[in-house]
Amino acid sequence: MNHAIRRVGVVVVLLFVAIVAQLTYLQLVRANPLNRDPHNIRVVTRDFVRERGDIITSDGAVLARSIPAKDQLKFQRTYPLGALFGHITGYQSITLGNTGVEREYDSELLGRDIRLQGHSLADLLNSHNPTGTVVLTLTRTAQEAAKAALHGRRGSVVVLDVKTGGIVASYSEPSFDPTPLASHDTTAVQKYFTALEALPLHPDLPRAYRERYPAGSTFKVLTTAVGLDTGVVNPTSPFPRVTNIPLPQSNKTLSNFGHERCGGTLAESFTVSCNTTFARIGLTLGDRLATGITAFGINAPAPPIDLSPGAAGSVGPKFGTFSTNQPFFALGAIGQGDVAVTPLQMALVAESVADNGVIMVPHVMSEIRASDGTVVRRYHASVWRRTMTPGTAAILNEFMRSVVASPNGTGTAARIPGITVAGKTGTAEAPGGAPHAWFIAFAPAEAPKYAIAVLVERGGDAGSEATGGRVAAPVAAQVLTALLKGPASG
Amino acid sequence: MISVVTAGRKRRNTELGLGFLAVVVTIGGYILLALANGPTLPPDLGALLAGIVGLYVIAHLAVRRLAPHADGTLLPLAAVLNGIGFVTITRLDRNLARIQSIWSAVGVAAFVLTLLAVRRVRTLERYTYTFALAALGLLLVPLVPHLGLTVNGARIWAHLGPLHFQPGEPAKVLWVAFFAGYLTQKRELLSAGSRSIGRLRLPAARHLGPLLVTWGVSILVLVFERDLGSSLLFFAVFASMLYMATERSAYLLGSLALFSAGAVTAYHLFGHVRDRVQGWLNPWPYRTGPKGYQIIQSWYAFAAGGVYGKGIGLGIPDRIPYASTDFIFAAIGEELGLIGTLAIVACFLLLVGSGYRIAVESPRPFSKLFAAGLTTILGLQTFIIIGGVTRMIPLTGITLPFVSYGGSSLVANFVILALLLRMSDECVTDEPAR
Repeated sequence: MNHAIRRVGVVVVLLFVAIVAQLTYLQLVRANPLNRDPHNIRVVTRDFVRERGDIITSDGAVLARSIPAKDQLKFQRTYPLGALFGHITGYQSITLGNTGVEREYDSELLGRDIRLQGHSLADLLNSHNPTGTVVLTLTRTAQEAAKAALHGRRGSVVVLDVKTGGIVASYSEPSFDPTPLASHDTTAVQKYFTALEALPLHPDLPRAYRERYPAGSTFKVLTTAVGLDTGVVNPTSPFPRVTNIPLPQSNKTLSNFGHERCGGTLAESFTVSCNTTFARIGLTLGDRLATGITAFGINAPAPPIDLSPGAAGSVGPKFGTFSTNQPFFALGAIGQGDVAVTPLQMALVAESVADNGVIMVPHVMSEIRASDGTVVRRYHASVWRRTMTPGTAAILNEFMRSVVASPNGTGTAARIPGITVAGKTGTAEAPGGAPHAWFIAFAPAEAPKYAIAVLVERGGDAGSEATGGRVAAPVAAQVLTALLKGPASG
Repeated sequence: MISVVTAGRKRRNTELGLGFLAVVVTIGGYILLALANGPTLPPDLGALLAGIVGLYVIAHLAVRRLAPHADGTLLPLAAVLNGIGFVTITRLDRNLARIQSIWSAVGVAAFVLTLLAVRRVRTLERYTYTFALAALGLLLVPLVPHLGLTVNGARIWAHLGPLHFQPGEPAKVLWVAFFAGYLTQKRELLSAGSRSIGRLRLPAARHLGPLLVTWGVSILVLVFERDLGSSLLFFAVFASMLYMATERSAYLLGSLALFSAGAVTAYHLFGHVRDRVQGWLNPWPYRTGPKGYQIIQSWYAFAAGGVYGKGIGLGIPDRIPYASTDFIFAAIGEELGLIGTLAIVACFLLLVGSGYRIAVESPRPFSKLFAAGLTTILGLQTFIIIGGVTRMIPLTGITLPFVSYGGSSLVANFVILALLLRMSDECVTDEPAR
């Protein structure tokens, strides 16, 4: 009997050896692929069971915070200001993944950044995970002013700090509240998201940095900068007073706005936004226009903002296409044709005029703070692009002041008592409806602090009567007033 | 005799020392679990320490008194497995842990009572057929209307008022007792054979009857109670005991043939059997359905643990269905890693090894078969559930001995432990009677 018992014992031991082999396979060999399996809820929820730091504005408003949850994920992300900052904070979602600041500064919020880790044994034993607070360059004041100035009209307002490139406001109407997307109820999230996606106005689309529009006459700032820098024109260069010019390589003509007769010097043409003058410059520049606008970031890698997904790139006439496609250089010079730009890009253009031809890297993060409030990391402002010589910038500064200050300027609606505003209007024709109203500006013009781009889609309630000067310029004035004079006078 | 006494005392001291280690492991795990949630020690640490030490000392003193020469490793092994199980259950569900701690106490009581009641294992041989009837009765209880209860598709529960239990757990001890008794009496008849078909000699049908009855019952359990794991276990244990009693491998082959026939039939007849086999062969297309969800979550848990584990309280094993019962090993795999799972497998290996050594050393055939049968139950049950949750074999829901949550299983395993210790003691004290 012992013989058989030993045999059975050996078989059972062999079964255990098989278990050991299988466990080793599972926990050693297969562990990594399984841990990366996108269906593995652990991959998805790994960061959800940990507390995250707050996202706050530079004026102290809390945009995102973790509150204790009763479910197994322990923490629920909420966005107290909801839609006002929806396109900036993004959301933390099990179902959809993270977006915006939540994604870009995930490690910092979770306290994974080594600088956020404790330095003493006491910190190690502390029960709280180290979390980081992300302080944004945006302010609640500016964002609220932007929303108020748009007054429910579809469009975007982007305000930049001229010296640092920090984004002070970036609001797009319509927006969305990210809180329901951060819910732990995956079916509810999916339902809300599907409904959001189905809305015709796409509130989840951050128009300010992800949507492209024809630039209209705001693009003349670029055309002028390239013309001046290449020496093709100077402020007093004379241009014929005409109502239209023929487009080469076609039987079409390019007309001035409202078929007006305009021209004169470059300065005069800029003030009244004379299409024929700039179309002519575009045709004279040819491929040099394409080269010049690349310096601004057009037809180049998109502005490297610290949001995820990032900004969309902007496009215009391509280098080497002038010989075969001359009309696009005439049209491109006035921001039509194949020109398509984001509001962010146009704010950067205004910033470069204000800052002697420099575009700083646009960003939303100002600093990262540890949970005890100490600053562990500051955003280091750096130059993104050099667009024009300081001399050219100074000339454009004058030109843009004239647009607002001259009695016959197109941007008189942007005037602010006591503050010199420099700006450029744009009324961008787009197929399928009323033109888009643009206004880009900076102020105070003598010592610029803020650069702004305003876009009102399809002219808002003005419809086909809309112009940049009538619809967008007042929005910019309202926002700049709030920023420079305080909310009381906004 | 003096040397025997000294050896026994040595074994008892070993048992006490190893028990201390088991207590350290359990309490250590409990403290780590609390630290995972905050920098404070659990408030009930003192009570738990007193409870664990108390239970262990009671069991140890019972052995010292009632089976002084028994193997010194079995009790500490059971204690450490029960302790790790308790910590894991606490981590998953504190309410279940509270109930489990009561069941551990009941288990230790059953352990002591068994040692008290069964002074000589050979007295059990007298009740061979009583055990068979009792086991059969217990197995059928869940099928009785009003008494039986279906939980998660398996009708293996019985309830008397608020008390729920799985009659299959005590039944499995009774079955083994019956097999051991029956086979001790008939083994010569069975191994000699009375009729020949070609080269194959078969025993008379009346001697083979119990084999067929057992096979029938296990299929019955499978069919009516939908309890795949237990039917597999019953049948495998009987086949191996038949082989150990007769040393004739023909019985093993015959049993294997019967089992295969049963398995194939079941696969074709029953959807739940098919689901389990398909979920075993390839669960990935069924990741959200009943065929694949459990086993895939289990794999994820093992993978998440890796070699070193996430640490007690730091994983999310609550994602695995039935994490505190059938899938407790996956929860351990996530938090204790390969190191932890191999340590537990090593504990079972030592337990099973000691069990077979007791069987080999036992002076009487009945003890040999009984010890070997009980050990085989422990070993195979461990293999079936660990193999199931690691997808080495199709998944069948049974408990991991001493570790899983579940009162009936825990009490039955403590009774098995007491019986093994009793037989171990008899290896030294009992004079071989032939």
